[in-house]
Amino acid sequence: MAKDISTGYEPLSSIDAVTAGLATVGYISTREISTAVFLAHGLRKPILIEGPAGVGKTDLAQSLAKWLSLPVLRLQCYEGLDEGKALYEWKYGKQLLYTQILKEKLNELIGSADNLSTSLGKLASFEDLFFSEQFLESRPLLTAMQQPAGSVLLIDEIDKSDEEFEAFLLEVLSDYQVTVPEIGTIRANVPPLVILTSNNVRELGDALKRRCLHLHIGFPDAARERMIVQARVPDVSDILLKQLVSFVQGVRETDVKKRPSISETVDWARTLLLMHTTALDEEFVRTTLNVLLKHESDIAAVSKEVPRLVREATGPDKAGRTASGYPELG
Amino acid sequence: MERTLTNFIRALRSCEVRVSTGEALDATRAVALIGYGDRSLLKDSLGCVLAKSDQEKQVHDRLFDLYFSHSGSQADNAASATGNAAEDGASQPPPEDLVELLQSGDESAISTAMERAAEAAGIDNIRFSTQVAYYAQQIIKQMGGEGLQQRLLEALQGREPGDEAEAQDLIDLRRDLTMRARERAERAFDVFGAGETQQFRDDFAAEKRLNALDRYDMERMKGLIAKIAKRLAVKHSRRRRKRNRGQLDVRRTMRANAGLDGVPFNVIWRQKKKDRPKIVAICDVSGSVAQYVRFLLLLLYSLADAVPDIHAFAFSHRLKPVDDILADNEFEAAMAKIIRELGMGSTDYGQAWSDLKVEHESIIDRRTTVIVLGDGRSNYGDPRADLFRDFAQRAKSMIWLNSEGRSQWGTGDSAIPRYLPFCTQMSHVATLKDLERAVDEVLSAYG
Repeated sequence: MAKDISTGYEPLSSIDAVTAGLATVGYISTREISTAVFLAHGLRKPILIEGPAGVGKTDLAQSLAKWLSLPVLRLQCYEGLDEGKALYEWKYGKQLLYTQILKEKLNELIGSADNLSTSLGKLASFEDLFFSEQFLESRPLLTAMQQPAGSVLLIDEIDKSDEEFEAFLLEVLSDYQVTVPEIGTIRANVPPLVILTSNNVRELGDALKRRCLHLHIGFPDAARERMIVQARVPDVSDILLKQLVSFVQGVRETDVKKRPSISETVDWARTLLLMHTTALDEEFVRTTLNVLLKHESDIAAVSKEVPRLVREATGPDKAGRTASGYPELG
Repeated sequence: MERTLTNFIRALRSCEVRVSTGEALDATRAVALIGYGDRSLLKDSLGCVLAKSDQEKQVHDRLFDLYFSHSGSQADNAASATGNAAEDGASQPPPEDLVELLQSGDESAISTAMERAAEAAGIDNIRFSTQVAYYAQQIIKQMGGEGLQQRLLEALQGREPGDEAEAQDLIDLRRDLTMRARERAERAFDVFGAGETQQFRDDFAAEKRLNALDRYDMERMKGLIAKIAKRLAVKHSRRRRKRNRGQLDVRRTMRANAGLDGVPFNVIWRQKKKDRPKIVAICDVSGSVAQYVRFLLLLLYSLADAVPDIHAFAFSHRLKPVDDILADNEFEAAMAKIIRELGMGSTDYGQAWSDLKVEHESIIDRRTTVIVLGDGRSNYGDPRADLFRDFAQRAKSMIWLNSEGRSQWGTGDSAIPRYLPFCTQMSHVATLKDLERAVDEVLSAYG
């Protein structure tokens, strides 16, 4: 596939290429994820990723940038985030400093003018100087537009921002351009790959949703989770890997407030490795349960189930796991 | 090809997946990018472009399977037609050979013929399940069913020895064909009609009087209420902050500009926080009004996201808080329990107000909206309007939702005229729409 001038990202030629590419940087993709990335690139649309915390929403953006060797620009959203923090701001301090330094010079210049209108004209010519890119502090959105070779723009937790900010994003995301009144319109040479993530704190506006591709990343199945843990914690032994993943999958099925996500599984795998565990046993599980579960009541509830879950996780593979519907690692 | 996609989008729209024109165009571009070849890839891609929430995704996946299960052959044919038109044409027997076609047992040829007939019959316009039979007939007609009928009649009238067997054969064929056509029409109904029928029934139910609902409607109402709650929540869960330009926050401005030599580049304005809605619902659960209470409470509790601060009281004779009952039980069970515990005894509004005064008065403060749901029929007891006035003065507003129409206010034992002067608003609530409007107004007051 020839290099596309309008998008400029060469390696995204097919969905399999996306999966393979993400795998090279340690991100285990699914077909849905790869399809979304492929389409986002092909249609020049942002991806809106929803899903529980810790399933690799942010990580997708980071991995994508790493694989394509592009800079990643992250905009963390929060209540009260405004244009000044997201787009650009004038460097007031620097402007002030320059004015101070040039004060005397200014007096000289203006002093030579013999009437008010000439001195005003002279002042006006400085104005352009002070509102130039030199004094422009670019924030993530503007920086993303300015990258000559494209970039990955990660707008994290968009649901935490205000509605006004969401509306403001619409312009940026549909045209990939930013207007600074004093300078003009800055248009992205290569539009950034935009990834928005949301934890569903509030319902996003329809207008924004309609402009994005929608991708839901849920909890992974056992096979994918094993691959992810393997990629992140390569030292973990096969037996332990199998056992700990099926244990976590078991915990997810119990009635807990906050179900453990992939990041917790990875943390737990690291913990077990650190403790030189070779196989799961009840005692170890009980002492390290706080890595996996983040609520006191959840820990209490799961503690009671530990014997059963450990038995199932360490039990004979075929009988226990496949019967309950988990796909096997091929 | 385009037609396949636009029809699919129409089917999605009929099932409440709101696909915009822009998204339809995106879908076309996405298909151009990946093609129709890989069915599961197509499903993922269209799901990604067209469905924008989990719920929509589920609808999409279900419809995709339904829709492309039959239009599959269509699309494939279209694809092969572009490549090899001659062969495609040859595989299509003209409609006159319907009997031969059926007797040949060539599955793919029969289903292709049926697809064509279905298309010619305009099956995509099907809306109601009652139309299935009609469309099935149209399909058969398009396939040349009259010829079959003719031959069958001839065979039945014939006196030859083989005629009877032939007639039986033809009858079997016809029955087979009818069943296939019906199946095809039903599938089309599932894709195109089911959503709209649902919509039609929902609209009808929203206008229906709440006390005239039967058990069948109840399930539908629950779905409707969930939808209303979502609508209201989206509308009212906006940021509760108002930029009050004009009032400078001197302290914060100075602090923010300390690094700039005190020159106020960043100006910070005073902000007024808006009140979070606080609702106290006081519900008459005596027999005549109980049905209305169910819907009001269900709606209020579905609004938990937008209104975290809700308290409910129920009474007929004595008044008690019911928050715990509602929190601990599944909704229907909770309602049954409330009515069992509190719904007995003759209605006494005066007693209820004095219970509220004595035990729970502090719950009403200046940001509370009190919603009273009842008919105000107090069995000629003292209505204690003086207490009611006190509550009205304490509260932000006092909304009375009356299950009776205006003409009945004040008739018989109704004490409404005594309360009316103290209510911010008294309205007649007969249908779900009225209820939605009332709650919407309450929340809007917190703007």
